[in-house]
Amino acid sequence: MEQKFDVIVVGGGHAGCEAAAASARMGANTALVTHRKDTIGIMSCNPAIGGLGKGHLVREIDALDGIMARVTDKAGIQFRMLNASKGAAVQGPRTQADRKLYRQAMQDEIFNTPNLTIIEAGVDDLIMNDRAVEGVVQDDGTKIYAPAVIITAGTFLRGIIHRGTDQIPAGRVGDKPAVKLGETLERLKLPLDRLKTGTPARLDGKTINWNILEAQAADENPTPFSYLNDKIDVPQIKCHMTYTNPETHKIILDNKDLAPIYSGQIEGSGPRYCPSIEDKVVRFADKERHQIFLEPEGLDDDTVYPNGISTSLPVDVQDAMLKTIPGLENARVIEYGYAIEYDYVDPRALKNTLELKDVSGLYLAGQINGTTGYEEAAAQGLMAGLNAARHNAGEIFTLDRAQAYIGVMIDDLINRGAPEPYRMFTSRAEYRLLLRSDNADQRLTDIGMQWGCVGEKRANVWGKKKEQLESARILTLNLKATPNQLEKHGVNVNKDGKRRTVQEILNYQNITWDVLANIWPEMADIPMDIAEQIQIDATYAGYIDRQMADIMAYRKDENLIIPDTIDYKSIGSLSTEVIQKLEKARPQTLGAASRIPGVTPAAVITLLRHVQKRHKHVA
Amino acid sequence: MTDTIYALASAQGRAGIAVVRVSGPQAMESLSKLSDGTFPVRQAVLAQLINPDNGSLIDEAIVITFHPPRSYTGEETVEYNIHGGKAVRESLLNALSQMDGHRMAEPGEFTRRAYENGNLDLTQAEAVADLIHAETEAQKQLALSQMGGALSNLYQGWADRLVKALAYAEAQIDFAEEDLPEDEVKSHVEPVLTHVMTQITGHLNDGNRGEILREGIKIAIIGAPNAGKSSLINALAQRDVAIVSDMAGTTRDVLEVHLDLNGFPVTLYDTAGLRPEQLSDEHAQDQIEAEGIKRALQKAQEADFKILLFDGKDNEMHPQTLNLKDDNSICVTNKMDDGETGFADTISISTQSGYGLDNLIDNVSRETKALFEDIQNSPSLTRARHREALVEAQEHIDRALHGFSPDMIAEDIRMSVRSIGRITGRTDVEDLLDIIFRDFCIGK
Ligand SMILES: Cc1cc2nc3c(=O)[nH]c(=O)nc-3n(C[C@H](O)[C@H](O)[C@H](O)COP(=O)(O)OP(=O)(O)OC[C@H]3O[C@@H](n4cnc5c(N)ncnc54)[C@H](O)[C@@H]3O)c2cc1C
Ligand SMILES: Nc1nc2c(ncn2[C@@H]2O[C@H](COP(=O)(O)OP(=O)(O)OP(=O)(O)O)[C@@H](O)[C@H]2O)c(=O)[nH]1
Ligand SMILES: [Mg+2]
Repeated sequence: MEQKFDVIVVGGGHAGCEAAAASARMGANTALVTHRKDTIGIMSCNPAIGGLGKGHLVREIDALDGIMARVTDKAGIQFRMLNASKGAAVQGPRTQADRKLYRQAMQDEIFNTPNLTIIEAGVDDLIMNDRAVEGVVQDDGTKIYAPAVIITAGTFLRGIIHRGTDQIPAGRVGDKPAVKLGETLERLKLPLDRLKTGTPARLDGKTINWNILEAQAADENPTPFSYLNDKIDVPQIKCHMTYTNPETHKIILDNKDLAPIYSGQIEGSGPRYCPSIEDKVVRFADKERHQIFLEPEGLDDDTVYPNGISTSLPVDVQDAMLKTIPGLENARVIEYGYAIEYDYVDPRALKNTLELKDVSGLYLAGQINGTTGYEEAAAQGLMAGLNAARHNAGEIFTLDRAQAYIGVMIDDLINRGAPEPYRMFTSRAEYRLLLRSDNADQRLTDIGMQWGCVGEKRANVWGKKKEQLESARILTLNLKATPNQLEKHGVNVNKDGKRRTVQEILNYQNITWDVLANIWPEMADIPMDIAEQIQIDATYAGYIDRQMADIMAYRKDENLIIPDTIDYKSIGSLSTEVIQKLEKARPQTLGAASRIPGVTPAAVITLLRHVQKRHKHVA
Repeated sequence: MTDTIYALASAQGRAGIAVVRVSGPQAMESLSKLSDGTFPVRQAVLAQLINPDNGSLIDEAIVITFHPPRSYTGEETVEYNIHGGKAVRESLLNALSQMDGHRMAEPGEFTRRAYENGNLDLTQAEAVADLIHAETEAQKQLALSQMGGALSNLYQGWADRLVKALAYAEAQIDFAEEDLPEDEVKSHVEPVLTHVMTQITGHLNDGNRGEILREGIKIAIIGAPNAGKSSLINALAQRDVAIVSDMAGTTRDVLEVHLDLNGFPVTLYDTAGLRPEQLSDEHAQDQIEAEGIKRALQKAQEADFKILLFDGKDNEMHPQTLNLKDDNSICVTNKMDDGETGFADTISISTQSGYGLDNLIDNVSRETKALFEDIQNSPSLTRARHREALVEAQEHIDRALHGFSPDMIAEDIRMSVRSIGRITGRTDVEDLLDIIFRDFCIGK
């Protein structure tokens, strides 16, 4: 019997799970085909979710009713709000996760999602009709059909693990690579290239000397990731810190030629920001020590992830190096560190829906697009899932740079490519003061409801919050006082006789909600979280106004669509270099063209004129 | 309201006529401030443009007004056809920069507005292409290369410092968990901002040198009454600009003449003869002459260069004049009608016979040239567009220095980088990340 679905998702990693769940939420009959059911929800690398920029992504996924935040809230064992003192816009939630709890929660979620069928198999090939995808071929030869296929193969495409001079084909340690699928993509003439990343050795916590190490506790009041949760029930633990020292560095330097990245054995480029310990020691030779966080992998798991010393040195060097580190003198290694090299597709081949420009119905999401990190993968998975679900209807769902970090990431990927593994940072978002992790629901949940990816439960929670926000905004706009009236209550503002609203008064950095609630008792009725939102908005008011003006200008350019069929060579007066850049990225809008590095303002104007002329001719 | 934008719409460089275009809701308003003529739509009108700030004449120009939708941009538009010289161009652009709601157009912005208002006349597509080219090229050049390497190096230097400060500020935000050397990071932010701020402020206040480049070197002729100062200026200008008489104290007010001295623009000032006794009240016989002498002394001080003129018929060099001698002056003995030698270490001339005038011109132009080159090589602010961008940058840096939280401080630094980027070119996030990953060991 021929099996037919609306959407097939290949790969059950972070991108695949989120993609499958989103597609199913949209009502599409969805299949998730992955090598092993029991590895769904596995974290290949460090057991932590969130952080700066990444935490923002998780909140946005949640605002669109995705699953990552809720799963994390069930598995987080050390919640911390990063940058708590540095301003609301740059605060990022992060937590250590218990691997087992995370996997369990993710599997509970995925196995119980309506419209979703899980198939345990490898996918070797795609069924194609010219340049349109029609289904997939499993490793046992079984064919299943769907008009939309999402590939989320992570690091598995022709993955090779390096450890010293050893090379082992693998998707990650213990998993076989996806070689045939890599060949399929090559046959489709997708622009493939190699990237690399690495991971440290895992240690046995029972053999670490904790007593001498500095500890770092979780936040006293853990803030959940999901807007649906108001508290965390998982017990919270401490992490510990230690450092490398000159002796460690000497061992590394003496053996650096055995590291695959220095011996030339690895060709793919690694990220600038996530270097292996050998990289750090070589590049920052005068730094006397490097920090290591010792992160327990679970509540009842003795495995410890030493964050900061990712390495692909041979195992004996890894052992020697660890012995020099305080607290790890007698540490036993459970699994040695390694580097992995894998195929990825230059994401400039994608549209902003994550569908390939050249292959109808084929979507890519996650590390296969040159990103790194669970959150980046999940966020792409979500967007690919929504779009694939409506592939036949021709509907598309996109977010722009002023709406979400998700929009920033996808726009960066499809226009700039991923010359190194792409990771989210808050500094990538030009409208950062607006795109905060505290207001993702305000930014996105209404949009998600229009799209049809938000379930009833969340719609209700958000509806109630929205009402409360509205009325708190109205109240704080209507309550006013003069400087003299305020002074009587001990509140000092400029003595200009001007009547100020509560929102205006809150713009003063040192005046808090509580102080004003003493003057106007009705303010005390507003729930804490709502009051906090009003206060944050007031703090950024001036900046936000300016950013809104920028956003208007940005959107104007985004509305100028460049037709797919444009032939840059025929335009004339564009330099060869600019033509090459434009051809590589084939930007969908004039705004996108202007963000491609190397495309000059003069070239953008020329393009504008050309596009306009074509529109006239067509009309 | 939409900004009113202005810019040179003709190509940069020496040309007989330059066109400055002003477009936007307040274009007619600024025209009425610059000129009191009446301007029927789409007609060329000859008008005197007066700088409303100081009443000085900018130029006599042909002005054409356009109303929407029949204008290039589809907005209220005024086109000023002015004389092509740099000084004229600059002073009109400067005057416009002072107008409410006016700002310098970004490259290509006229065309962009034309497009947005559905006003791009595409039947003339090729002509438009040329225009766009001129517009962007002209402004690009305006932005950077005009003053040569020195100025662009200066701005680029500030931009680099601000970008680095921003990178460090961002590192503290995006890599809060890393083991960053906090004091070192801090030392690259606030002190750098303060330093750049001071430099920009100094630069903005330094209007003087830019003016020299526009107006030429100022040369004052100073000397005793009847030394022949007015005769000299007439001889150099080769026309009768000043009254000459044998009455001591003929010249009262300061008179100026613009000259091209061997290819260098100069302004010559004729001044009242110095008779210091006229300054003290008891001796003052003539209030007007006293005022003239005060002005002469003031000119002597302001001038970039002085010709100290002595009367060869005197027994000794006039002491009050000799007193003013310094590095930027030259001493001249007049009335050496037969080519005789004047006072020691002076150049001898006769305005009557013409003796020694060529020699004097050679000497003065050599000095002027040196001064001019000196000034040209040290960066100076001459562009209204630069000024605008720098003032903006200053405001943002100031806010960053007084900011409360790191996210807002970073935002203000980012804005200051963007302002200067309007002169030097834009900065990309990747540049920031490059700095961060180069300077700090970051990664798990
Ligand atoms: C060694 C290593 C180090 C890493 N280091 C970092 C790091 O330093 N920082 C960081 O942020 N992130 C790191 N990560 C990355 C992080 O694990 C990934 O970014 C994230 O898991 C990517 O999610 P994904 O869904 O794209 O792919 P994955 O999580 O890799 O999931 C891919 C899934 O697809 C399945 N699959 C693949 N091919 C097929 C096929 N043909 N048929 C059926 N199923 C298939 C696999 O079985 C797997 O379940 C590292 C990963 C590895 C392996
Ligand atoms: N013989 C002779 N007489 C000269 C010469 N130059 C100027 N004179 C005469 O000197 C007198 C004064 O000349 P002015 O040019 O008016 O002198 P001035 O320095 O401008 O005088 P004040 O304006 O009064 O300060 C006039 O009678 C001139 O004709 C010269 O080179 N030779
Ligand atoms: Mg005179």
